[in-house]
Amino acid sequence: MLDLTDILMTIAPELWLAAAGLVGVLLGAVFGERFNSLSFKFGALSLFGAAGLAAAHFQGGEAFGGLVRTNTFVNFAKVISFGLAGVALIVSESFLKRHQTNRYEYALLMIFASVGMGIILSAADLMTLYMGIETLSLSSYVLAAFHRDSARSSEAGLKYFVLGALASGMLLYGASLVYGFTGSTSFTGIAEAGLSNGAMFGMVLIIVGLAFKISAAPMHVWTPDVYEGAPTPVVAFFASAPKLASTVVFANVLFTVFGDAMDQWQLIVGIIAGASMIVGSLGALVQTNIKRLLGYSSIANVGYALVAVAAGPENGAAALLTFSTIYAVTTLGLFAGVLAMRRASGMVEGVSDLGGLIRTKPLLTVMLSVLIFSVAGMPPFGGFFGKYEVLQAGLNAQLMPLAILVVISSVISLGYYLKLIKIMWFDEPAERLETVDVSVMGVVLLSALIAGVVFVVFISELGTGGWATFAASGLLR
Amino acid sequence: MGNLPILTLMTFLPLAGALLVMLIHSATGGRGQSGKLVLATGILVSAATFAVSVAAFVAFDPNTAGYQLVEQHAWYGPISYKLGIDGLSLSLVVLTTFLTPICLLASWNSIEKRMTEYVIAFLVLETFMIGVFVALDLVLFYVFFEAGLIPMFLIVGIWGGKDRVYAAFKFFLYTLIGSLLMLVAMVYMILAAGSADVEVLETYSFAPGIQTWLWLAFAASFAVKLPMWPVHTWLPDAHVQAPTAGSVILAGVLLKMGGYGFLRFSLPMFPDASALFQPFMFALAVIAIVYTSLVAWRQTDMKKLIAYSSVAHMGFVTLGIFAFNETGVQGAIFQMLSHGLISGALFLIVGVVYDRMHTREIAAYGGLVNRMPIYASFFMLFTMANVGLPGTSGFVGEILTMVGGFQAATWAAAGAALGVIFSAVYMLTLYRRTVFGEITNPELNGIKDMNLVEWICIAPLAVLTLLFGIAPNLIFNLTDGSTARILSMMARGQ
Repeated sequence: MLDLTDILMTIAPELWLAAAGLVGVLLGAVFGERFNSLSFKFGALSLFGAAGLAAAHFQGGEAFGGLVRTNTFVNFAKVISFGLAGVALIVSESFLKRHQTNRYEYALLMIFASVGMGIILSAADLMTLYMGIETLSLSSYVLAAFHRDSARSSEAGLKYFVLGALASGMLLYGASLVYGFTGSTSFTGIAEAGLSNGAMFGMVLIIVGLAFKISAAPMHVWTPDVYEGAPTPVVAFFASAPKLASTVVFANVLFTVFGDAMDQWQLIVGIIAGASMIVGSLGALVQTNIKRLLGYSSIANVGYALVAVAAGPENGAAALLTFSTIYAVTTLGLFAGVLAMRRASGMVEGVSDLGGLIRTKPLLTVMLSVLIFSVAGMPPFGGFFGKYEVLQAGLNAQLMPLAILVVISSVISLGYYLKLIKIMWFDEPAERLETVDVSVMGVVLLSALIAGVVFVVFISELGTGGWATFAASGLLR
Repeated sequence: MGNLPILTLMTFLPLAGALLVMLIHSATGGRGQSGKLVLATGILVSAATFAVSVAAFVAFDPNTAGYQLVEQHAWYGPISYKLGIDGLSLSLVVLTTFLTPICLLASWNSIEKRMTEYVIAFLVLETFMIGVFVALDLVLFYVFFEAGLIPMFLIVGIWGGKDRVYAAFKFFLYTLIGSLLMLVAMVYMILAAGSADVEVLETYSFAPGIQTWLWLAFAASFAVKLPMWPVHTWLPDAHVQAPTAGSVILAGVLLKMGGYGFLRFSLPMFPDASALFQPFMFALAVIAIVYTSLVAWRQTDMKKLIAYSSVAHMGFVTLGIFAFNETGVQGAIFQMLSHGLISGALFLIVGVVYDRMHTREIAAYGGLVNRMPIYASFFMLFTMANVGLPGTSGFVGEILTMVGGFQAATWAAAGAALGVIFSAVYMLTLYRRTVFGEITNPELNGIKDMNLVEWICIAPLAVLTLLFGIAPNLIFNLTDGSTARILSMMARGQ
């Protein structure tokens, strides 16, 4: 019976979420539209509960004969991802209500997407990984198209689906190649079998498929379009929780499955990282839509995260967790800020609509500025320490060219971050914005405080020598 | 006062003041006279910070080399929150805390819009500036060094002149690219030495080949900040567009961070590389002195002229620092302090007439002495100080850096001496064209002489310029110990 307890504990967050999702479906079937407003609180509580369960069994374990294995590294990512997903759900409600799309399916889709996040993080077998990715992706496609009356939202959903299916296909083809050449789908089995040339092809295809999911260049093309078209709260979710989870999975697969072939994939990951940084920061320079701009910015930031991945498990795992956590919190805050800005004539999406925001909404502007400078990696804000860790990881692994690229990309990206600051602080006020909902504003405030103060003062608890290092040690055992 | 963390108090007092200003603003709702109330609060807070820095000055023992009043707490990995001062940093800290209240006071009549944000930006900037000079940890230094860009960006961008946005972006991005290269070098050093503590790194020897790269990365940052030719072009733009107080702080304190960085990091930590690059730095310094002096001569905008003159004067600082002898380094430190006072005062002087006439064109003035005799006297004093007339602090700095440079490389000192002549040419031309002669511009007929606020701002600078010119030992006594210390670490490499 001890065995069963262990299995249950290992997959407890996913079980709990799946159960919550099913209960939600039942409740929705029984109560119909009356469940709508409750569903958001129900979903957020379920997600926070899942985060708690992941934290409770932080050491991790193994289940289903090695199909699922967790350790501190992935559990760290789980806690943060589930928590962020819950917050993303909280900020969604008021927006959806205004667009009369606050249906309970939204919350349930987010729960199911989170189940997928949990599964990919726990996966210790290519089959499990693929199933998790599909669970996450299918829910995401629907979420992207959630404003079904809006042409742009539907277009975003469709684009995401078509390109996502292509990437899944590549991933699956890669997985089958690896299986064919190593005779195993389990992570440990593949690692033990060693990599022949054929399996190496499979590895590259898997990298390509996963790079699509984390929107790393050159598999990034869908990101700006989907970010622009999909409803803003959905983008807030995409850019934070699944992004962090997928990046950690990307690292996890490379570290555990192909750990011995690091000299083979290091160059590939390095090139992807460099390309993402440059494409992301150059692309963002010319954007006039905030969501597109943040989309390109997220591509550049994935590039930074991949520098940590390229640095390998010893040097980069803790840096990856630190960087991704700080980035995900900041991004969620930024999108909450975009959600907070609304005017009578509709959504605020153009960059120029932020004109003179400091005159009309000083508190919001200051908080947004903190978040923008943080995501730009400017000290004294939290984002700086994320970037610092990445640089440290890169230099530790002797990746000087990547470190220089981080510098170049950071300077280029300051060009558009400063443009946002300039518009908010220097320009004359644009159309007056409406009052902000308390929950959204609260999230903006909280994330700005976390990024601006908590991460700075308590960075030693999170980064090197702190939780991230502890979590990364789970990989090395 | 024993264990009072005086440096922490001094560093973060302005930041606390900024929060107080925010509270006052929300309490008064930003109506009526709240702008003046907020500004008065800002002046009081920065004056209190000055008082704390004086307390630090009193607690400081000039006869002990090495860092004093050290505070250290573990922060993050090998990085610690470590503050401490020696004579070099103390003198620059006092310069900072001295200039900030003057800057805020000078804004009494000249800043009309968004006073709360203005005061907050200045107080936050003061915290970062002090932090740069007292930080004894690489990363902590970097955090303060780069964070200072944010408030300065806002100051130039919101309250600046016509092309303020361009100037603010140029200032920010120029400085940033240098700083980030320095960050990469810092991370490398921390990984190699296992510590970010300045005192540890001062005793750590990097291989000469590595030193060259690290030195270049650090120099990329400090050269932009100082600024040295050819990366000085952001400075005239930023100066011209910034409000008067912003120019004063920029010339008075922010430029000094470059010289401070060379003295604190480049020389002690990379002695071999510093020696290697000595001729290179001398060449850049001489070009800066001669070339920018000539450029200054041709300017039609008063602020731009003084900005180029700043670049030339910072050339003397470079010359003195890289002379690697006591005369030169003492002279460089002195020149930094003296230039902080003189150029600050000159920008205030320009601000006086700008507030009245709203133009900085030299051609729009002429004959000011007929209407503003007191103004003309002050202007004369600082013109002479900028030229380097004996009896003013400008003379001491220039002569010492040149003597130091002469001992190291005759040609460099000879080139720099040319610059002294040119500085007389452009400053006296400026003075003659604006102050002397008949009033040609009819709008000048009704111009009023300096008012009380302007008096209070400029008079202390005049007193100190003369005092340090007559009794330079006041500063040398303070900086003797740290100069000897820096040079002994420099000698270790050769």
